Amino acid sequence: MTGATDTRPAPGTRALRLGQTAAILRVEIGRVLLGRRTLALYVLAAMPVLAMLAYALAPDSREIGKISMIYSGVFQAFVVRFVIFFGCVGVFGNLFRGEIVDRSLHYYLLSPVRRDILALGKFLAGLVSTVAVFTATTVASYLLALLAAGPAAAREFLLQGPGAGHLAAYVGVTWLACLGYGAVFLLIGLLVRNPVIPAAAILGWEWINFLLPALLKKISVVHYLQSLMPVPLDQGPFAIIAEPTPAWIAVPGFAAFCGVVLLLSAFVVRRLQIRYESD
Amino acid sequence: MTAPAARDRDRLIVFDNVSRFYGEVLGVNRVQLAVPPGITSLVGPNGSGKSTLMNLVTGLLRPSRGEVRVLGMDPRDPEVFFRRVGYCTQFDSFPRGFTGRRFLRAFLEVHGFPRSEARALADEAIERVGLGDAAGRRIAGYSKGMRQRIKLAQAICHRPDVLILDEPLNGLDPMARAEIIDLFRRLASEGRHLVISSHILHEVDLISDQVVILNQGYVVAEGDIRGVRSEIQARPMQILVRCDRAAEVAGLALQHDHVVEVRMHEDRGGLLVSTRDADGFFRLMGRIVLETGVEVETITPADEDVHAVYEYLVGYEGESV
Repeated sequence: MTGATDTRPAPGTRALRLGQTAAILRVEIGRVLLGRRTLALYVLAAMPVLAMLAYALAPDSREIGKISMIYSGVFQAFVVRFVIFFGCVGVFGNLFRGEIVDRSLHYYLLSPVRRDILALGKFLAGLVSTVAVFTATTVASYLLALLAAGPAAAREFLLQGPGAGHLAAYVGVTWLACLGYGAVFLLIGLLVRNPVIPAAAILGWEWINFLLPALLKKISVVHYLQSLMPVPLDQGPFAIIAEPTPAWIAVPGFAAFCGVVLLLSAFVVRRLQIRYESD
Repeated sequence: MTAPAARDRDRLIVFDNVSRFYGEVLGVNRVQLAVPPGITSLVGPNGSGKSTLMNLVTGLLRPSRGEVRVLGMDPRDPEVFFRRVGYCTQFDSFPRGFTGRRFLRAFLEVHGFPRSEARALADEAIERVGLGDAAGRRIAGYSKGMRQRIKLAQAICHRPDVLILDEPLNGLDPMARAEIIDLFRRLASEGRHLVISSHILHEVDLISDQVVILNQGYVVAEGDIRGVRSEIQARPMQILVRCDRAAEVAGLALQHDHVVEVRMHEDRGGLLVSTRDADGFFRLMGRIVLETGVEVETITPADEDVHAVYEYLVGYEGESV
């Protein structure tokens, strides 16, 4: 075993860190998309698609404007606040916690990888996986919803009307939701043994967002996402209306929030010690 | 093995007054060690702090006090540290879904090796630990011995200079143990540091250059076997005598001041003598044989190996002496 040349890029180089991040991505994407917790992710992702399929197959045809409003409600209330939310709880919450439970995290910690690179690699793997799965959900469910107006009306709305723009906006919101909830649940998975209780608290906070004063609304993921929805919804008679955050502030602000949460996660990972019996 | 000169720290594993507490529970306390190249065995009963010490060396745990350096490197700098250090832990668990070969390749790629190199290194390690065809099967279906081999392969696959091995012989059949011990010898002969914890003391004894004896979180002895012996020479040495008329021999031996204790074997066919003067006891036995005609089958120092020293220091039940 001696005398061989070390073919690895030198420590501290970008080449090494990019290569390591790519290797972590390969391992983790396989784990997320093909692992034992995968079934729940796919069941969640299929729910809006099946719901919209049933809606599209209903015998009476509907007016496209009404469909657009209904889909916006379904997307905001169900896809974002339930499907993507719980999908991110399962995926990101288990990136570290799942390996602590399985007692296999030490293999990463015994590799010559900076721990912040490990946190970043795992996060990116979760992001790529959830974005891939939930983008498919969003696109499929939206197209099926439009089909309820009939194929010709759907085609016209999509190609000559605002449909393509709406779809792009929904896809963008899907990506941001995965980014935001992903960052939050990565951190929660590192800090607590059972992420279900904090997840339930965050879900409650997101659901009562429309009742919160303007300042508190801004401490939530869903507030920024609502500003980006292509079809705004009436939030009901009890809602406290706040000025929507413009997209040029919402998107960078959202990215900055995620960056801060990721930095916190990296800090926690750097201080992580392996004592499985106490976890 | 203590107090290394500054220039030597780059070729030693150094524990500088290291303590680790789990809340109020002591893991290890005030460990001061400097481990040279070769094979060093950590010996001690369960809960003595062997695994804690190994986890401290590799940064899986952080010291509550003190500092650990391995060849001058800080375990908190993994990018540099784990290029040269491999650790076979006691944790009998693996990432799910991997075959043995895929597991090694995936983590060699995480190390930063290109794919072709990762493949070659994985195959080399698989061959060295004798995993053979099983490497293509899922780890979830492995026997205990196979899991031990793949863990070992994971520790050596990147050709580290320092190998930390926590109970590496556990679960291996005698043939496999012999093979792995031979592998350890070869790795050590290549100038590597091997730190091995094991409760299979006979095998550790066969291969160790140094021994560190731990009990209840403290290093109670360290050095080569004879060094440890001299460290505790103020205490009695144990000598095993197999003979007929053992009770008569015991009575005669106890008439001498240097004989502090005699324990009869259950079969009454021998005795274990504790003496402060081993040479004096051997001369005494010669006189007893001549004067009484007792037939002696064997007279053997009972604590010339690690096992005996370990038992001598920490007792059969693990109690401190």
